[in-house]
Amino acid sequence: MDLLTLHHLTKTFGGLTAVKDVSFSVDQGAVVGLIGPNGAGKTTVFNLITGQYRSDQGEITFAGARLNGLRTHRIITLGIARTFQNIRLFQQLTVLENVLAGCHYRMRSGILGAMLRLPAQQREEREAMERALQELEFVGLGQQASTVAKNLAYGDQRRLEIARALATQPRLLILDEPAGGMNEQETGALIGLIGRIQARGVTVLLIEHDMRLVMRACEKLVVLEYGGKIAEGPPDQVRCDPRVIEAYLGADDET
Amino acid sequence: MGRFTSFTAALFIALMATAPLFLNAYYIDVLNSIGLYALLALSLNLILGEAGLFNMGHAAFYAMGAYTAAILNTRYQIPILWTLPLSGLVAGLFALAIARPVVHLRGDYLLIVTIGIGEIVRIALINDVFGITGGANGVFGISRPDFFGFVIRQPQHFYYLIWGFVALSIFLFLRLKQSRFGRALNYLREDEIAAEGSGVNTAYYKLAVFGLGAAWAGMAGTLFAAKMTIISPESFSFWESVVLFMIVILGGAGNMAGVLLASFLVIGLPELFREFSSARMLVFGLVMMVMMVVRPQGLLPARGR
Repeated sequence: MDLLTLHHLTKTFGGLTAVKDVSFSVDQGAVVGLIGPNGAGKTTVFNLITGQYRSDQGEITFAGARLNGLRTHRIITLGIARTFQNIRLFQQLTVLENVLAGCHYRMRSGILGAMLRLPAQQREEREAMERALQELEFVGLGQQASTVAKNLAYGDQRRLEIARALATQPRLLILDEPAGGMNEQETGALIGLIGRIQARGVTVLLIEHDMRLVMRACEKLVVLEYGGKIAEGPPDQVRCDPRVIEAYLGADDET
Repeated sequence: MGRFTSFTAALFIALMATAPLFLNAYYIDVLNSIGLYALLALSLNLILGEAGLFNMGHAAFYAMGAYTAAILNTRYQIPILWTLPLSGLVAGLFALAIARPVVHLRGDYLLIVTIGIGEIVRIALINDVFGITGGANGVFGISRPDFFGFVIRQPQHFYYLIWGFVALSIFLFLRLKQSRFGRALNYLREDEIAAEGSGVNTAYYKLAVFGLGAAWAGMAGTLFAAKMTIISPESFSFWESVVLFMIVILGGAGNMAGVLLASFLVIGLPELFREFSSARMLVFGLVMMVMMVVRPQGLLPARGR
């Protein structure tokens, strides 16, 4: 069953067509990789899905709902969470506070509830705290809850972003280059983490340049070049596709 | 809270609670003035320090509250302290209405727009808008506050009224800080895109904090009107907004202890050095410059900076 579907999506910036008539779908429960050379429009596709950009043409549907025109925070509440290519944490806040951001939209209390410390508000805070700590344990940052985010090691910052995204309890998790800047060992751990996320029933869509990760973690790949889709299918099939080899891996180099 | 912090806080509270016993009326009045600025700076701290929205027109909301209280009191004989919630409401709603179209602007742009708002309000007051603000002369004859039959008129009475309100505000704002609402403001300040991408309705929180900060400034305006018994547009000049902005940044945006400390320094020190007359402003300016170069994060920065 399709969880996310993109229909003929097009986005132009001035004279540049960043995304050109792209269609693909993500099955419920799958791990799908979106790959392509630099500047192929991968992150633009992510930004279209999460509402940071508005598409010029085409339609995005998620679990039966049309996403076009919705504001980002609304799209998150429908069950899509994301991480960013260039890590976007709340640098000066603690690790726990970062993850609590993901719990935010499921909570209700406002100014008065906080000022009066109403019982409902207190209960809600406790529950959010527990959920946030669970997610930190899940990504392996349970011991760092009170560390200020900017003091985390680079790989841990990536994992914290994933924990924050998971705290929204998404159905679809979108990861933008999760292994960017990671060493081999960290990448190995990340592949394990993606597997455990999938085991929780969360569908994953990721952009990645690290081919070992893509080949091991993904069941399906979508390849973009110059904003257009040039291939789609299981990793083994895609890696043998002559257009992909020529466009992405280089005409002579077989990697 | 560390042991040292608790000790400092306890000492400060004890000193403040007993200050009228050993200070003369002049110094009490200086402390009252500091208290009003502290109250205003704490309310601006929500907008500027916690949420990171550059507002340099805070005096406009202060004025809205003060004039609401003054007009209700002088025209309709409503006891001045009774106007407190209404002044807050008027200033808050006014802030919501004018912030709605501009609050999405980033940093420096918002700063310029809020300067404009501050000036528009001041000039509207001078021009006796709707014929109720008394023009350049302002509104006078505001009655003394009556606290359940006890008429507040001496400086030390105002001292407890003003600093009591400061204490209450700090108590409530501390609770706010450790809540969903308070955290949302911090997310906004740290990274708006990440906040929105985590499911936080950033547009809503920007507006809400503008409304809340303005409402608190409006209530401070009521206290000001009650203390002065006469208010005029010159009390709400651009310079007031600048001073408040300075207090928040100098103290350490997002840290209430820092904001309090800076209120004492910025408002209190020039009073203590009155004999140097205009030279003190020169020194004051130099200190500000040195501070921003040497310690840009403020005197008592919010944790982690």
